[in-house]
Amino acid sequence: MTVVVGWTSDARGQAALVRGAEEARAHGEPLVVVNATSGTAAVDDRFAGADDVSGVRALLDSLGVQAEVRQPVVRDVTEALLAVAEEVDASMLVIGIRHRSPVGKLLMGSTAQRLLLDARCPVLAVKAKEPAGR
Amino acid sequence: MIHALLTGFGSALAPENLLFAVVGVLLGTAVGVLPGIGPAMTVALLLPVTYNVSPSAALIMFAGIYYGGMYGGSTTSILLNTPGESSSVITALEGNKMAKGGRAAQALATAAIGSFVAGTIGTVLLIALAPTVAEWVVVLGAPSYFALMLLALLAVTTVLGSSKLRGFISLALGLTIGLVGTTTGQARLTFDNPLLADGIDIVVVAVAIFAVGEALWVAAHLRRRPLEIIPVGRPWMDRTDWGRSWKPWLRGTAYGFPFGALPAGGAEMPTFLSYITERRLAGRHRAEFGKGAIEGVAGPEAANNASAAGTLVPLLAIGLPTTATAAVILAAMQSYGLQPGPQLFEAEPELVWTLLASLFVANTLLLVINLPLAPVWARLLRIPRPYLYAGILFFAVLGAYSVNFQWFDVALLSLFGALGFAMRRFGLPVLPLIVGVILGPRLEEQLAQALQLSQGDVSALWSEPVAVIVYVVIAALLLAPIVLRLMPGRQGPERLEDQVDALEEEVRS
Repeated sequence: MTVVVGWTSDARGQAALVRGAEEARAHGEPLVVVNATSGTAAVDDRFAGADDVSGVRALLDSLGVQAEVRQPVVRDVTEALLAVAEEVDASMLVIGIRHRSPVGKLLMGSTAQRLLLDARCPVLAVKAKEPAGR
Repeated sequence: MIHALLTGFGSALAPENLLFAVVGVLLGTAVGVLPGIGPAMTVALLLPVTYNVSPSAALIMFAGIYYGGMYGGSTTSILLNTPGESSSVITALEGNKMAKGGRAAQALATAAIGSFVAGTIGTVLLIALAPTVAEWVVVLGAPSYFALMLLALLAVTTVLGSSKLRGFISLALGLTIGLVGTTTGQARLTFDNPLLADGIDIVVVAVAIFAVGEALWVAAHLRRRPLEIIPVGRPWMDRTDWGRSWKPWLRGTAYGFPFGALPAGGAEMPTFLSYITERRLAGRHRAEFGKGAIEGVAGPEAANNASAAGTLVPLLAIGLPTTATAAVILAAMQSYGLQPGPQLFEAEPELVWTLLASLFVANTLLLVINLPLAPVWARLLRIPRPYLYAGILFFAVLGAYSVNFQWFDVALLSLFGALGFAMRRFGLPVLPLIVGVILGPRLEEQLAQALQLSQGDVSALWSEPVAVIVYVVIAALLLAPIVLRLMPGRQGPERLEDQVDALEEEVRS
């Protein structure tokens, strides 16, 4: 069994990663960190750069978690994450979620919602620490 | 001349023209920032839209797009290490290194201010030179024009690009497309189709090759690993940066303008030469080259803007396009019923001087919108390509249809779009095709005129001294590489692309 984290290089992705690493360590399971992108824009802020990735590796090493970081370029980010969860027979999928405006949800759909409904394993949804005043 | 220019300023600053200048520089910067989308494609897409505005307003907008593209390309080069335009390839060498070293703000600043300085000097030179050149060539006869156009065709084919054979294939395609129609009285390549009798509209060809071809190419390579963008604040420079930048700006201008004005112009060669020169002259900063030397950004960025101004000299004074964007602007002028060439200064002085004055306006606007807004422009890179290209294809089809309101033009658009895709796939340069389509019919016209006056005597073609000189230049252009290769101990001139590749390897290692 393995813990899978859907990681994005922003605050909520970081929250999911930290929580996922804690879960993996608590259960003594390996961790797979997935940072997928559709690769259709020249720049994707949620796709981690080399510095971010080495930072994460260092963090996971310091926690003593056996981890693998994957950065696939795929057609559909949700499906890619679900496929990884199937492949490694995930015990848990950890994702970061955030508020979305109704219009944004209508236009772009919700990755989190599709993951929650379609994943075969339990899904743990964590939120980034909200900035003060919100 | 001063009076004419002042009148031009009065007209360029009129609200309508000013509005078009603003739209032009905004669009130009945007397409400059986006890799794969350039000023040539943008002008082609906007051609049909401008049928309802005055020619001077449309040309002001196009000039703004052309200048803006040169500015925008540097932003992508510096922050993303991917050139937004081919003219900014060299900028990425030092610019991205500067950005990685935390000096992105200074790199953007020296690029923008250098572009402004070079653009302003280039425009002054353009104003000083173009009327003189026009006066000088207006007395030339058909044989000389024929020779000049031949030179332009051969120069864009052989001097630029990686392979002469591919250049000539592309030129042949362009000339063939230009042949279609019955303008000479004979039906050529019309396949008995009455819809082809008037020839193929240049708008359809340009939009297909630039927009549809590129859209298909991007669709075939849709998913690419996203690039890391370097975050940046507001561009600024300190005293030392100014001190190190101003000489490269001036030297870059000195390279860029003449190269732009020559038939084998373009911005690639002068930016390359400028970089080499700055590296050689760097003195105690020599060691910084390859690690982010500000001179290596300042020089090439000035050179590409100066070359844009230089390109307008042959375009306005002789009617010869030397870059893809200039070729499309020439097509635009023809579609407005303007006769590009030396007569333009006599026939349409108001339009010409308004355009020239608007170049100063555009250049100043570009500095104002680029210096504080560079980070905002970089946000354009986050737009997913499917959205961008869906919009481009929409405008492409709309534009092609609106030329004659015939489905047939949309069919031609698809056909030439497929050709544009195939050319990208097989590495054929696009420039010779476009210049061929536009200059081909005019070349034939001059040839017919020359032979008509001489009543069929072919020797009339070299009866004018200018024509003879141009033929000598053509011969030198074609023979020089062969002769140099045959000479003992010489390897022959290396191709520019190889040199740039070698340089990149050297710098990156």
